[in-house]
Amino acid sequence: MNTRLFIPCDAGAVAVGADDVAAAFQAAALARGVTLDIVRNGSRGLYWLEPMVELDTAEGRVAYGPVAAEDVPALLDAMLAGELHSLLVGPTEDIPWLKRQTRLTFARCGVVDPRSLDDYRVHGGYRGLERALALGAEAIIEEVVQSGLRGRGGAGFPTGVKWRTVAAAAASQKYIICNADEGDSGTFADRMILEGDPFVMIEGMTISGIAVGATRGYLYIRSEYPHAVAAMETAIQTARASGYLGRRIAGSAYDFDMEVRVGAGAYVCGEETALLESLEGRRGVVRAKPPLPAHKGLFGQPTVINNAISLATVPWILAEGAAAYRDFGMGRSRGTMPIQIAGNVKHGGLFEVAFGVTLGELVDEIGGGTASGRPVRAVQVGGPLGAYFPRALFDTPFDYEAFAGKDGLIGHGGIVVFDDTVDMARQARFAMEFCALESCGKCTPCRIGSTRGVETVDRIIRGDEREKNLVVLEDLCHTMKFGSLCALGGFTPYPVMSALHHFAEDFGVTPPVREAAR
Amino acid sequence: MNSYEPWSAARAAEIIAANVGCEGPALPILHAIQAAFGFVPEAVEPMIADALNLSRAEVHGVVTFYHDFRRKPAGRHVLKLCRAEACQSMGGERLAARAEAALGISLGETTADGRVTLEPIYCLGLCATAPSAMLDGRVVARLDEARLDRLVAEAQR
Ligand SMILES: Cc1cc2nc3c(=O)[nH]c(=O)nc-3n(C[C@H](O)[C@H](O)[C@H](O)COP(=O)(O)O)c2cc1C
Ligand code: SF4
Ligand code: FES
Repeated sequence: MNTRLFIPCDAGAVAVGADDVAAAFQAAALARGVTLDIVRNGSRGLYWLEPMVELDTAEGRVAYGPVAAEDVPALLDAMLAGELHSLLVGPTEDIPWLKRQTRLTFARCGVVDPRSLDDYRVHGGYRGLERALALGAEAIIEEVVQSGLRGRGGAGFPTGVKWRTVAAAAASQKYIICNADEGDSGTFADRMILEGDPFVMIEGMTISGIAVGATRGYLYIRSEYPHAVAAMETAIQTARASGYLGRRIAGSAYDFDMEVRVGAGAYVCGEETALLESLEGRRGVVRAKPPLPAHKGLFGQPTVINNAISLATVPWILAEGAAAYRDFGMGRSRGTMPIQIAGNVKHGGLFEVAFGVTLGELVDEIGGGTASGRPVRAVQVGGPLGAYFPRALFDTPFDYEAFAGKDGLIGHGGIVVFDDTVDMARQARFAMEFCALESCGKCTPCRIGSTRGVETVDRIIRGDEREKNLVVLEDLCHTMKFGSLCALGGFTPYPVMSALHHFAEDFGVTPPVREAAR
Repeated sequence: MNSYEPWSAARAAEIIAANVGCEGPALPILHAIQAAFGFVPEAVEPMIADALNLSRAEVHGVVTFYHDFRRKPAGRHVLKLCRAEACQSMGGERLAARAEAALGISLGETTADGRVTLEPIYCLGLCATAPSAMLDGRVVARLDEARLDRLVAEAQR
């Protein structure tokens, strides 16, 4: 049997040299007269080990990393001779960082060959669809409702309830839209699943289509993700050729087909109604609600819009049952969350775990502190609209309500770590700058307020009438929070105010007494 | 390096015709036009307007709304540097300033010799291996000064 290696084709691995490593293995094998089977899998999400190469052995896969192209000749010799090598991490499944996770949505990601439908099926793929077909539309929705799954795009709305609304709407044409616009800094879960397990996206959208009576789907992927676009287009063609998309899918009475649409670099198009405008070919300007997309969505038809991770979780729920999913989690946050640990962190990557893990565990234990080796000062949770948390709030459990209770949000589950060199006034300025850059322009508090916000923070940084401008900033944030149509203008105050409240010293403000007393 | 076709109204008409049949064809058309010519020439706007039964102003509005669509040709190489938070936490801003200094231009500009366009980008989803960049569609992460300098040199070739 040939020696079998797994080398990720995930953009995150490719960006740190995975293609060069794969080429180096081919060259080294040729020079030694051996044949290698190289599978280009997705990433397991242990990014500090990427490019992570896995060797298939009788006892399972063994991981090496991070591998550079220069390491390959000696590494291949060691592999072929069965000798140890300094880059050996150990049996993949025993790596503590992976072992500690509960991989439901990401069970196959990094394991399977994303181009192979057979591999997908061997690893449990399409079992969810099989059960869905046996259950029928109403029972599918009931199952999703019972699972407690809430939207992973940020707002946390119960997925099954949304589906029920669309199912109840009468129309000749309904749509399923998968939102893979993933614009939040610090997030890459959508990207990983699209690249590493693309068939689960197709299966999830298909089940949703059956449940609500929709026959067409659009997968909206941001243009910053060319690898994901390519992986999904290939998978869609394969699924279509194998009877999993098109008429009478998988031999059933249902029709469902889908296509990829590529965004054009506008953050606001991740907002569901702006996304609809964009798909329809217009400027990505947010629509007022009502009507809800569930009633009048794409081309005025009832439409399900869900985040990629929400939809990618559905096949697991159908295959294993609602109760199995609901058993994980805390409070009203059920199941698991693929948390993305990023920024200045030693062990960054995708960590899927039941809700309830604390921020401190994620940053200090799992993330291992900063990459720079300096103290962690702040972490931003939930993307550019999420709050900055100081160490004092590290006991906050990962849970929708707990984060809301601390004036924050979990958003799409991204955590960006900063060390003590960060200047929080600059971060507040950036939040306003980003809002100004990406505002769709529909409401004044967002469009004008954000530009005023940048100027005001600049004045505070310069020490120009600081006390007065701090009041102006608070007022601006208040106006944006309550006068904006969508969360871009409405939530930009979160990073700004959290930076100001928790890190006042960076704004030239004397720390409050409680801080000084510690 | 990016190689693009010279502007041709006939070719543009072909691209429009190939995409006009789909639902919501405007973005697919604009992407295809930019892929062919490297930017969205003003001359194409009335053609798209005609094909989609829109006013020219509407088409212009769409082109200008999206950061991706260029109104003039880019340099032979396009280097995009991530400016979002995770990359900031790993010194991305310093690297952006270094690239600007090396090329003698600001983000959003093209060098006078037409070789390099430097653009900001807001997250490439490579945030666990920050700072990140994209050179002509190729992703690069774990940038430091040495790697950035190599990338800039490559772009200048
Ligand atoms: C400015 C802005 C950007 C957003 N970006 C995204 C995004 O990239 N992906 C996403 O799934 N949801 C995004 N959302 C949330 C969507 O509007 C919507 O709530 C979500 O797609 C619904 O899917 P879910 O219920 O599965 O989360 C964004 C919202 C706002 C206000
Ligand atoms: S808050 Fe900003 S992005 Fe949202 S609708 Fe208003 S102007 Fe547009
Ligand atoms: S913030 Fe730079 S890649 Fe995500």
